[in-house]
Amino acid sequence: MNPAPLVALVGNPNAGKTALFNALTGARQKVGNYPGVTVERHSGRLALNDGRPVELVDLPGTYSLDPSSPDEAVTRDVVLGRQSGERVPDAMIVVADATNLDNHLRFVLQLQSLGRPMVLALNMIDMATRDGLKIDLDALSAELGIPVVATVAVRKRGLDELRAALAGILATAPRTAPADSVETDIRHFQREARRISRAATVEQPRMRAVTRGLDRVALHPVIGPILLLVILFVMFQAVFSWSEAPIGWIEGAQGWLADTAVATLPGGFLRDLLVQGVINGVGSVVVFLPQILILFVFILLLEASGYMVRAAFLMDRLMSGVGLSGRAFIPLLSSFACAIPGIMATRSIDDPKERLTTILIAPLMTCSARLPVYAVIIGAFIPARQVLPGIGLQGLVLLVLYLTGIIGAVLAAFVLRRTATKGVGGGFLMEMPRYQLPSIRDIAIGLWQRAYVFLRRAGTIILQVTVALWLLTSYPVAPAGVKQSEYSIAGRIASGLEVVLRPIGFNHEMSLAVIPAMAAREVAVSALQTVYAIDAADEEQGAQELGGRLAGRWSLATALAFLAWFVFAPQCLSTIAVARRETNGWKWPLVMIGYLFALAYIAAGATYWTAVAFGLG
Amino acid sequence: MLSPNLHLTQLPRTCRATVASVEWDRMSPSEARRLREFGLDEGVDIELLHRAMLGGGPLACRIGRMTVALRAHVAGAIRVAPLAG
Repeated sequence: MNPAPLVALVGNPNAGKTALFNALTGARQKVGNYPGVTVERHSGRLALNDGRPVELVDLPGTYSLDPSSPDEAVTRDVVLGRQSGERVPDAMIVVADATNLDNHLRFVLQLQSLGRPMVLALNMIDMATRDGLKIDLDALSAELGIPVVATVAVRKRGLDELRAALAGILATAPRTAPADSVETDIRHFQREARRISRAATVEQPRMRAVTRGLDRVALHPVIGPILLLVILFVMFQAVFSWSEAPIGWIEGAQGWLADTAVATLPGGFLRDLLVQGVINGVGSVVVFLPQILILFVFILLLEASGYMVRAAFLMDRLMSGVGLSGRAFIPLLSSFACAIPGIMATRSIDDPKERLTTILIAPLMTCSARLPVYAVIIGAFIPARQVLPGIGLQGLVLLVLYLTGIIGAVLAAFVLRRTATKGVGGGFLMEMPRYQLPSIRDIAIGLWQRAYVFLRRAGTIILQVTVALWLLTSYPVAPAGVKQSEYSIAGRIASGLEVVLRPIGFNHEMSLAVIPAMAAREVAVSALQTVYAIDAADEEQGAQELGGRLAGRWSLATALAFLAWFVFAPQCLSTIAVARRETNGWKWPLVMIGYLFALAYIAAGATYWTAVAFGLG
Repeated sequence: MLSPNLHLTQLPRTCRATVASVEWDRMSPSEARRLREFGLDEGVDIELLHRAMLGGGPLACRIGRMTVALRAHVAGAIRVAPLAG
């Protein structure tokens, strides 16, 4: 059987390519990786109007075929038919923004010089109409010599016509030998693009008013930065206040599952493993899904609306003070959700030294995996009282933890740019896309992909680590009068580590929790949960929740030292693995691990001894 | 009356102009390539839209129909001719 034809979706960034991909393929998408590089491969199935299947692959957006990043290199290599792990595309759908024809046509012409069958999707035609722009599609099609279809991807308009045009070029496609190189001097393409654009544009009034109007506020020297601060404040506030109810539901479901298991299964090893290891261990991590999703909703909205680049613009002056640029703001903001997409987003930074610096400091942004740890410790040790109307002490402590991470990152960037990653600045040069209302569908698809990744992590790595830890802490069984958490295998390993960690105020249980937290920070919570649950099993306190147990056993100084440790410690194997892939070697991940552990040790120690000096020990 | 040949940084805000010349060698090769990809070329319509707060911040300008953020040293390499009216 012949495989379905492969069609590549290509276009400039901000042409609405991903929206068109979502509209054409719906939920039938696969996310994978190109071999050897960390560029994600998004593909999906699309049925032509007569039902024939086509495989559609969404290539990274690029302005030309002269790549300046690994993503852009993948696009070039796929369209040239020389990307390993990818078939040679049978045809291309080129997406262009109808309101910026001059510029997008240049890339269309460059792609056309490759001699592959292609159809032009003239996207966002509604915006062009609203701006009073009139484009003669027939004239454009005649000038270019390829079919041209007007589309509005976010409203799913023009899709039937696009599929019909695609069927047409696939049916008549002459199998010419593909060009294996491409003209990279784009100036003659640019001039030709302007000529064609002028010939096909019937009416061209002045620029779109909406974006200009919004920018007068968003980029205002005074109002702009204030607006950015307000947006960030609302975002972090929402992460906590909106998540309360769904967190309650998840906790309810987890409790019900555990009770049901206890009631229906006979007591013994399997029941303990299931309840203490699997349900409570994994549950204590899944409970943070609502907060992670809320944070991602904001980040996806800021990106899809076009505001993210404005934020980068506003931040550029500050970031250039420590040798970075506004571009680094976007990956760093994503790192508040998770350092992994953050580090992957650094690919949009052209300058290699600046990109490296951003990768090295990204783990200092307080990612959502730290929230479980912070939430448990703060809940147990910081009284829930109001400092000022509307501002609670617990929230304030959390803010201080976030700020400590940011200040640490600023200082680290400052030092790194003068030592390990020294070099001239890469500058700041970005397209500012038009503002647009994000489509709910695109946000939902993005959110689903994030939730899936998180749940897969909870179901695999976190489950395995939790179960392994439960086994290591449960066996061998301690004789009467000896604490299980000290007698067990894990307890003995922790006793070794405790020698190093005792000077910074860590007790035995914390040393034990820090080891599995290397796999993922949030495991520290389920580790403490497991350790105390196992010790408490005989004391009829099994039902007591973790926060209550901790409050009785740790001093405030110890708890604060634990928080300070987690601000800095690079405890996430996935982040280290991504840093290794993105920097092509172990050198920079080792630098990252080294400096972050050193900072964590110093910060936790300083916090502990300061607190003890104030009588909190 | 404005001089017929200014640096982009000297252009009054929202005054339309065309690009008179670009000193490509005053910027890095990657900046030059990106700007060409953004359609910067002699004769193209250009307009300064916004300056960021404080001195030394980036500028937002319109090149053709595209809005672009760039730093002052790059803008200083672009010479523009203001359009009358």
